[in-house]
Amino acid sequence: MPRAPSAPTRRAVLGGAAAAALARPALGGAPPRVVVVGAGFGGATAARCLAAGGVDTALVEAAPRYVACPGSNEVVAGLRGIEAQTFGYDALGRAGFRLVRATADAVDPAARRVRLGDGTELPYDRLILSPGIDLRFDALPGYDARAAEAMPHAWKAGEQTVLLARQLAAMPEGGTVVLSVPANPYRCPPGPYERASLIAHFLKTRKPRAKLILLDAKDTFSKQKLFEAAWARLYKDVLEVVPLAAGGQVSEVDPAGMVVRTDFAEVKADVACIIPPQRAGRIAAQAGCADRSGWCPIDPATFESRLVPGIHVVGDAAIAGAMPKSAFSANAQAKVCAQAVIDLLAGREPENPRLINTCWSLVAPGDGISIAGVFRPTDGLLADVPGAGGISPLDAPDAVRAQEAAYGESWYRTITRDVFG
Amino acid sequence: MRAAPAALALLAALVGAAGAGAAEMRAPPGASSCTGCHARGAAMGALAGRPEAEIVAALAAFRTGARPATLMNRIAKGFDAAESRAIAIWFASQGAR
Ligand SMILES: Cc1cc2nc3c(=O)[nH]c(=O)nc-3n(C[C@H](O)[C@H](O)[C@H](O)COP(=O)(O)OP(=O)(O)OC[C@H]3O[C@@H](n4cnc5c(N)ncnc54)[C@H](O)[C@@H]3O)c2cc1C
Ligand code: HEC
Repeated sequence: MPRAPSAPTRRAVLGGAAAAALARPALGGAPPRVVVVGAGFGGATAARCLAAGGVDTALVEAAPRYVACPGSNEVVAGLRGIEAQTFGYDALGRAGFRLVRATADAVDPAARRVRLGDGTELPYDRLILSPGIDLRFDALPGYDARAAEAMPHAWKAGEQTVLLARQLAAMPEGGTVVLSVPANPYRCPPGPYERASLIAHFLKTRKPRAKLILLDAKDTFSKQKLFEAAWARLYKDVLEVVPLAAGGQVSEVDPAGMVVRTDFAEVKADVACIIPPQRAGRIAAQAGCADRSGWCPIDPATFESRLVPGIHVVGDAAIAGAMPKSAFSANAQAKVCAQAVIDLLAGREPENPRLINTCWSLVAPGDGISIAGVFRPTDGLLADVPGAGGISPLDAPDAVRAQEAAYGESWYRTITRDVFG
Repeated sequence: MRAAPAALALLAALVGAAGAGAAEMRAPPGASSCTGCHARGAAMGALAGRPEAEIVAALAAFRTGARPATLMNRIAKGFDAAESRAIAIWFASQGAR
């Protein structure tokens, strides 16, 4: 027999949040409604899971199409087309929930409503935000939205990705490419280093005598030993790395002169890819879910905001402890969050979850490395399960590297099919 | 109480969808992450509908290192024998999709 869900005894053991959601009278006898903002890896997954669980769900998305970031470094390096990254929302429109093609302009947490760009209001019993990131155009002197036209970030895939690819292809043979990497936290910790690897591969094979200077605002980074070993093996003559300790933090850019400055030096670039600092997508801050860091503290079991009850935050926007900001994480978090929301709406206590992340990177075409982790709530944050996870072996034979590259590509095809297909 | 019908309607949907108790239909901790890789058509293969013993044995072999792997060894170490078994039972009970 199913456990009686509406039994008062069961509900009595639950904390305030769940009881409040169930007892809310505003919607009368209507079934509970969940609104999800952002049809990316996190939000689209959450909406699918909620609908599969029988929950009345609306998914709000502003963009005309989704352009996926995983794999987009290959587009930058001319190894694949942007079509391989681009997905329509048609299938999501037939997935058993309401797909609302609009911008979520504001959230009123007290009234539990989301206001859309056209003024329409969507009421919710629980709200899930997966808005991804905003690039901070106020953080690096000289770097604003206009500067990004000359010095692309390509950190939100789409036109920016194509622009950077085009600039690299058009660059003179002996040119200089600058790639600037921000301090933590930012979307996709290993992403800049995969980009450095693939640009170096592009220069080595297509632009002899050109070089790449990586200016880093950090001294340590994800999969560092693996990247450094690959760079020493493959790109010694192409790639120069300047870590924080050697003055790698960019302090200013001049897009008109194509100059990138640090406290110690000035580099004239032919192509400059500037990855600026980031924060949670605007709507998260508007809803009151972001703290002073610009990111959203959450309960690690339910992903409910620590700041605003009734709102859950998943994906890049959330502060997920040891879990990195990745599409893999966003997908895994969305599944756990959706189940927790179903449980809370049904007056059931959510389970203590376990989540997995894995990110593959290419150091060259067909040459893959990975980092994996298993996470569980510990002291209010998602922490690594000790003994699990870690990076690929440093001494893996070529065949294993090729296998990892193939698994990474397979993951991309499956995840994009499961989310958007 | 006015919320009761809402909760019941939801649960009815859940129960209907699973054909089993709503509590039992919840995947054990970790299982929902496995399907990020293990899905129909993926190089990693789907887990749904595979015999429990097969999954349990594979996870144990990955955990000890007896079975070579590019990354399942790193993932399997995040689950002890009991947790692995719960996951295996759950996948075995899912019809192959
Ligand atoms: C170069 C690069 C390579 C990467 N490679 C990998 C990789 O190999 N593996 C991996 O796992 N991850 C990778 N990532 C990271 C991955 O892309 C992100 O972590 C992931 O997209 C996060 O998902 P999300 O749901 O949080 O946000 P997104 O996927 O960004 O989705 C957010 C969505 O919300 C919409 N939205 C935002 N605000 C509103 C609003 N107010 N109203 C309506 N809609 C709104 C946006 O339009 C967007 O569609 C990479 C990232 C980069 C930049
Ligand atoms: C990041 C991707 C990924 C995730 C997540 C993942 N696996 Fe795997 N799994 C693989 C890969 C890749 C292999 C092949 C062995 C290898 O190279 O590591 C594999 C192999 C297996 C096998 C052996 C399959 C066979 O055909 O014999 C089993 C069983 C398995 N995984 C179970 C699980 C379970 C259970 C989980 C969740 C706890 C899980 N996997 C999570 C990638 C993944």
